[in-house]
Amino acid sequence: MATLTTAEAKATVSPQGGGLKRFLKKKSTVGVLMCAPLLAVIIGLVAYPAAYSMFLATLNKAETKFVGFDNFLFLFKRDTFWMVVQQSITFALIAVFFKALIGLIAAHAVKVLPAKGQRKWRGMLLIPWVIPPALGTLGWWWLFEPTYSSINWLLQEFAMPAIPWLSDRFWARFSVILVNVWFGAPFFLIMYLAALKSIPEDLYEAAAIDGANAWQKLVHITLPMMRNIIAITVLFSIIVTLANFDIVRVLTRGGPSDSTHLFATYAFRVGIESGDIPLGASVSLFMFPVLAVLAFIILHNVRKRAMEI
Amino acid sequence: MQRSRVTRRRFLKTSAAAAGLVAGAPYIKAGHSAGTLSLGVWDHWVPGANAVLEGICTDWGAANNVEVRVDFITSIGNKLLLTAQAETRAETGHDVYSVPLWLASMFANSLEPMDDVMAEAISQNGEPASVVKDLTHFDGVWRAVPAPTGSLTYAQASRIDLFAQHAGIDLQAMFPANGQRDAALVDSWTYDAFLDAAGKLHAAGHAFGAPIAVTPDATQWLAMIFTGFGAVMIDEDGEIRVDSDETRAALEYLARLVPNMPEGVYAWDDAGNNRWLISGTGSCIFNPPSAWAVAKRDNPDVAAQIWYHDTPKGPMGRFRPTAPFFWGAWNFSENITAAKDLLLHMNSAQVVTQMLKASQGFDLPLYPKWHTTNTVWDDATPPDGVLHNYPILGDEIQMVPGLPAPPSMASQITTQGLFPNLVARVTQAGDSFDDAISWAENELEGYQRG
Repeated sequence: MATLTTAEAKATVSPQGGGLKRFLKKKSTVGVLMCAPLLAVIIGLVAYPAAYSMFLATLNKAETKFVGFDNFLFLFKRDTFWMVVQQSITFALIAVFFKALIGLIAAHAVKVLPAKGQRKWRGMLLIPWVIPPALGTLGWWWLFEPTYSSINWLLQEFAMPAIPWLSDRFWARFSVILVNVWFGAPFFLIMYLAALKSIPEDLYEAAAIDGANAWQKLVHITLPMMRNIIAITVLFSIIVTLANFDIVRVLTRGGPSDSTHLFATYAFRVGIESGDIPLGASVSLFMFPVLAVLAFIILHNVRKRAMEI
Repeated sequence: MQRSRVTRRRFLKTSAAAAGLVAGAPYIKAGHSAGTLSLGVWDHWVPGANAVLEGICTDWGAANNVEVRVDFITSIGNKLLLTAQAETRAETGHDVYSVPLWLASMFANSLEPMDDVMAEAISQNGEPASVVKDLTHFDGVWRAVPAPTGSLTYAQASRIDLFAQHAGIDLQAMFPANGQRDAALVDSWTYDAFLDAAGKLHAAGHAFGAPIAVTPDATQWLAMIFTGFGAVMIDEDGEIRVDSDETRAALEYLARLVPNMPEGVYAWDDAGNNRWLISGTGSCIFNPPSAWAVAKRDNPDVAAQIWYHDTPKGPMGRFRPTAPFFWGAWNFSENITAAKDLLLHMNSAQVVTQMLKASQGFDLPLYPKWHTTNTVWDDATPPDGVLHNYPILGDEIQMVPGLPAPPSMASQITTQGLFPNLVARVTQAGDSFDDAISWAENELEGYQRG
């Protein structure tokens, strides 16, 4: 039997089939194919809705005419909208600050726990984060109930005055932030705990030899070493907190007198409940450019620092 | 493998046989040929009412060879509205849908015209209440028909014992159950008398309670106060009229009334006032008889002391807030003929009477004729005659919040909670009348957007 030369062997394979095989064997092809389901999800559930909401924001109320940026210009003239902008930013900044602070303190506390019991504490501290937010908030609503609050019942048992948790503007804002911090702090805890554990112990030992106290170790070792993770978690949390819906919806429905509305709940009120979908879409997209710029700056700095390291 | 082939001759034979079979079949009415009809209707507050409604619908379906499916959708959390938004955007979902209050105006473009059904319903039942036309008749077209259940008004529900003990008012003498009203006594039930009673009851630890939050109940009772003073937010021509002496008079009155209410009213939902009365602490609320019906089950001692009666009279008259319920058929429904057949059936006296009993008098039908031909309100007990005055018997005028503004603006006055927010700015946030009215003007400008 005659053996085929390489050239002959190549010639016997049909050009079309061989091309397809080669194409399928390419690493880049396999990569694209394996990413395809994820791409489909991102296109279907992220890109398309985002593009559609941008399109909606450019229509008139009846969705029959293209109006460009008129919806945004209209919002700029509304007092309630500016109140919502102010409230959303204040809410996000205060809530993220306390989530980060509590997360950092709790991460340090968990880190110094003996290894044996650490896992249990970690699990327990994560509970608020894994409870469905609407369900957890309903529990808080029972605690804050405007007439029959169980917290107030306890306060009154100790001869203390009842607090109007949900019916007073200040306390309603406080309650919404408190519940948001309760939900969000465990996320910071787990991220910061992972970051803390990745800091080499040698650095602390060297600092101790140099006579550094705990505060100096925190400021000069821990925080600089955690800078990237802090930046990313804060960025992520600001985006998620600004988009919060369920806590306000369940706890206060934006009241009293619109004082706890955030972008999402106000967009819902205007767009869904009042039947003005384009205006609702405009409210929800208002922070998009600001957040995009913020994300670019923070991620750029993170990348720069990573390159330096 | 042998392949079967359809020859031209075989095709002609088969077609002829099929045509013969169809020609020999019995005639099926178009309204019943669709096979299924799905209903998305309001989930009733009164226990047991849903089951009766479902029975009526499925019985009609069985009699007319239509498979009927009824989904009960709660109005809590605006789910009825949310589902309507989802269905109209997707152009799929139920065939028949509940469109209470302003929903028919919000979804007018997605609702099938009902001129033929309304013409027949009016010929059977007489003219409906004027609010029916305000809420469903746009550009000369009826977009929905009165629902067989759900329509309600916000009468005053008060505690007989507490009013007598602390305010010196005999509610049963003022609004008796025997129809023999003393005109002078009824006339004495004014905004001033109510304010005076509210103060005394508050001092006795049994305050009047009603929400001042963005909820339908809050909008209804506050709109009643403003209307009683003649205040109008937007007039019938779409012009903003909130900055007026009448608005200031209403705010002045509320600034005196609200301190006599519980602090939590700014965060109450629609169930807050019900709970307040049923708990035994509250002395009165504005509500349909659901509060009494639930109290009968949960706190019978309180239920036995509740009395439904007319609202107080303001300088411009006595107004009864109302929330009419309608049913419509989506224009993307594939069973419009069957839907119209059902809607007409649901407007029959027999169905409405059944639902009145099932709702224990909660429903107040939109055809006034049925207020006098049913005894459900007279039969309600305890106490005997508790609901006798729930149908309008005196000088009360039915009103809908937002009117006389054009529907697209009136609906936003309701959904965006203009009344409770305006009042809360004055009574809670401490805004001056001018600042609060200026804020309201800015809000109302937004509602004018086309």
